[in-house]
Amino acid sequence: MEIFVQQLINGLTLGSIYGLIAIGYTMVFGIIGMVNFAHGDVFMVATFISLICFLLLTTVLGLTSIFVALFIVLIAAMFFTSLLSWAIERVAYRPLRGSFRLAPMISAIGMSILLANFVQVSQGPRNKPVPPMITDVIVLMDSGSYQVTLAWKQVIIMVITSLLLAGFWYLVQKTSLGRAQRACEQDRKMAALLGINVDHTISLTFVIGAALAAVAGVMYLMYYGVANFADGFVPGVKAFTAAVLGGIGSLPGAVLGGLLIGLIETFWSAYFSIEYKDVAAFSILAITLIFMPQGLLGRPEVEKV
Amino acid sequence: MTVQTAESAPSAAHAGTGTAAAGSVMAHALKDAFVTGLIALGLFGPLIGFQTIIIDGALGLGYRPGLLAIIVGIIFAGRLLLNLTVWSPNRQVKARSGPTVFDRAGVVIGPVVKPALFGFAVLFPAIAIYGMGGLTESRYLIDLGILILTYVMLGWGLNIVVGLAGLLDLGYVAFYAVGAYTYALLATSAPVNDFFAGLLGETFWANWAFWICLPIAGLFSGLWGMILGFPVLRLRGDYLAIVTLAFGEIIRLVLINWVDFTGGGAGVASIPRATFFGIPFSAGEDGFAALFGLEFNPMHRIIFLYFVILALALITAFATVRLRKLPVGRAWEALREDEIACRSLGINTTNTKLTAFATGAMFGGFAGCFFAVRAGFVSPESFTFDVSAMILAIVVLGGMGSQIGVAVAAAVMMGGMEMLRNLGFLKQVFGNDFDPSLYRMLIFGFAMVAIMVWKPRGLVSTRDPTIFLKERKAVSGSLVKEGHG
Repeated sequence: MEIFVQQLINGLTLGSIYGLIAIGYTMVFGIIGMVNFAHGDVFMVATFISLICFLLLTTVLGLTSIFVALFIVLIAAMFFTSLLSWAIERVAYRPLRGSFRLAPMISAIGMSILLANFVQVSQGPRNKPVPPMITDVIVLMDSGSYQVTLAWKQVIIMVITSLLLAGFWYLVQKTSLGRAQRACEQDRKMAALLGINVDHTISLTFVIGAALAAVAGVMYLMYYGVANFADGFVPGVKAFTAAVLGGIGSLPGAVLGGLLIGLIETFWSAYFSIEYKDVAAFSILAITLIFMPQGLLGRPEVEKV
Repeated sequence: MTVQTAESAPSAAHAGTGTAAAGSVMAHALKDAFVTGLIALGLFGPLIGFQTIIIDGALGLGYRPGLLAIIVGIIFAGRLLLNLTVWSPNRQVKARSGPTVFDRAGVVIGPVVKPALFGFAVLFPAIAIYGMGGLTESRYLIDLGILILTYVMLGWGLNIVVGLAGLLDLGYVAFYAVGAYTYALLATSAPVNDFFAGLLGETFWANWAFWICLPIAGLFSGLWGMILGFPVLRLRGDYLAIVTLAFGEIIRLVLINWVDFTGGGAGVASIPRATFFGIPFSAGEDGFAALFGLEFNPMHRIIFLYFVILALALITAFATVRLRKLPVGRAWEALREDEIACRSLGINTTNTKLTAFATGAMFGGFAGCFFAVRAGFVSPESFTFDVSAMILAIVVLGGMGSQIGVAVAAAVMMGGMEMLRNLGFLKQVFGNDFDPSLYRMLIFGFAMVAIMVWKPRGLVSTRDPTIFLKERKAVSGSLVKEGHG
């Protein structure tokens, strides 16, 4: 029982991070129908940017308040990651609109390799550990032999995720930008005819997705305390799995999928085998795509001629 | 966001009168270059300007302002130069009439390239031995040749899937791994050895394992291609790519974790070496050297391996060329151009895709079997996603569907990087610990993006129909779904 509650907490934390990344996949897929393969590596770059900001603030400038530091790191990571994602869309994806089917996908794979290896050669291939930041925990249950704890950083992660999602939901549902986005998603040509700047809207979609990935990156760094150039690939694929599982193109679906993947992964590691946890995630991806490509909350796809 | 992009600039040039005042052009170019420089500063600032280094166990920061300034400066200057020349509004764009210089050069050189490359590939060991002045000295070059040819073969195999049938396969390394492990496990298996020892003599299995396992490895990989392909081939293009990626990773993770069967992360070691059709390359009485009256040299085996992989690669190429002339090959290419049209013409798209997938997988299996016998050791480390990405990059760079393009791309990317490592002046420029092979994947990634943006059908694009009535016409983009590019 205690183990179950503990895994539930851990799974929800991990799921929040996956959910934030998954939104980037699902939004881009919804609007231009492309799997942004480089999104996982954008997330990885965000962890490095936040690592550098954090070091700059604490070791060089001597900031002592961890919360102020985290706040500044969050803003800086969001800014630089958004800029990166904006530039990627501009350089690697926009010229390919209307090109043949595989072109954007191949370009995205190239961009993913480029980002991972750029970080590898510029920052070195080794793991970059940061000292644990917020170590306080709340003891929820204590059965003598096993303590169920809720770490403060887990609380922070879940609270920030919920706040961001609320803000994000407001953005998509209530603002003119959100309306433009949903219009482009339904019919890009018609939206353009009605005076929506489609290129601008798509750029902003990439920027928003990257900003959420940046938040995920900061929280990943805070939670695991380590950054590595190869850490974009597997979390990226898992977040994509989350997006697919929830129904690609659906925003609540991405969050739901993220939480589910996080829970499945932690429970699988706790009760079955930790070696095969990635196999479990990849298998879910394959099984969902084969048997249920519309996902849990998505619309079935109609092939247009 | 008023940055003039590379794409919109030429159209602005057409709209302009062509006589814009020189001053405003300069001012505009400067402003644009400045903004680009700022963006570059934002992009490279955190990751190039700072470096995370571990000092005494704790993480600290290093600074590289010089490098950052150089990179941003290059981008600023390059953008300014392009604004003033290629993208300048004053530039008169000449209407293109007739074939370009490159096209004409292609017509002249074209027919000579294939025989010349073939001749070079066959004579390469002789050239290497003569050039390096001895058998043992040429080992490095011939090993490099084997590596390049392995990737040429993998490229040609993947070309069937990606280039001809238009299916993006990101898990091709899985079939390479299946081929390699098939040979590794069968050749080192004690029960199989005992079985043949009782039947055909003690040394039979050690001497013949490779030649018996080679077709088995290919068939087995092809079978796996069918098993994996069958459920996923109904999916749309990018889903297919992701699922193949997932399968590739699953196979690698199973190889790592199923320790009892595959040896886990430690891999399978001491795999029997290749033999000259049953005659081992050993120093003993019945070895290759003794039988052919030569002085024993371990290089004999390496040179033999070179010719084995050359033959395997040529078989792949030959099979592809012949398959393209068969109905199934033409169906592949039609499928690549327009799937819905194919379906309405009565082509069974699932079966057609499955044949392409399995054929490609089979050649991957052959290459894997060869890899195992050459290295004498296999471990899951050799079958990461990077290898899939590298093969895909080779196919994309060479031009999807083009045989010669893939071969040249493999030679340039695998061989070129290896050659760069030995160039002394690079070390003098970039410092002593400069290793260009670290930059290999970086260049692969960059090249993939650049090729897609610049020439999406690859450097050597072949969209010519393989069958035609009276005269060969280019496939018009407006006639098929997969038009542009």
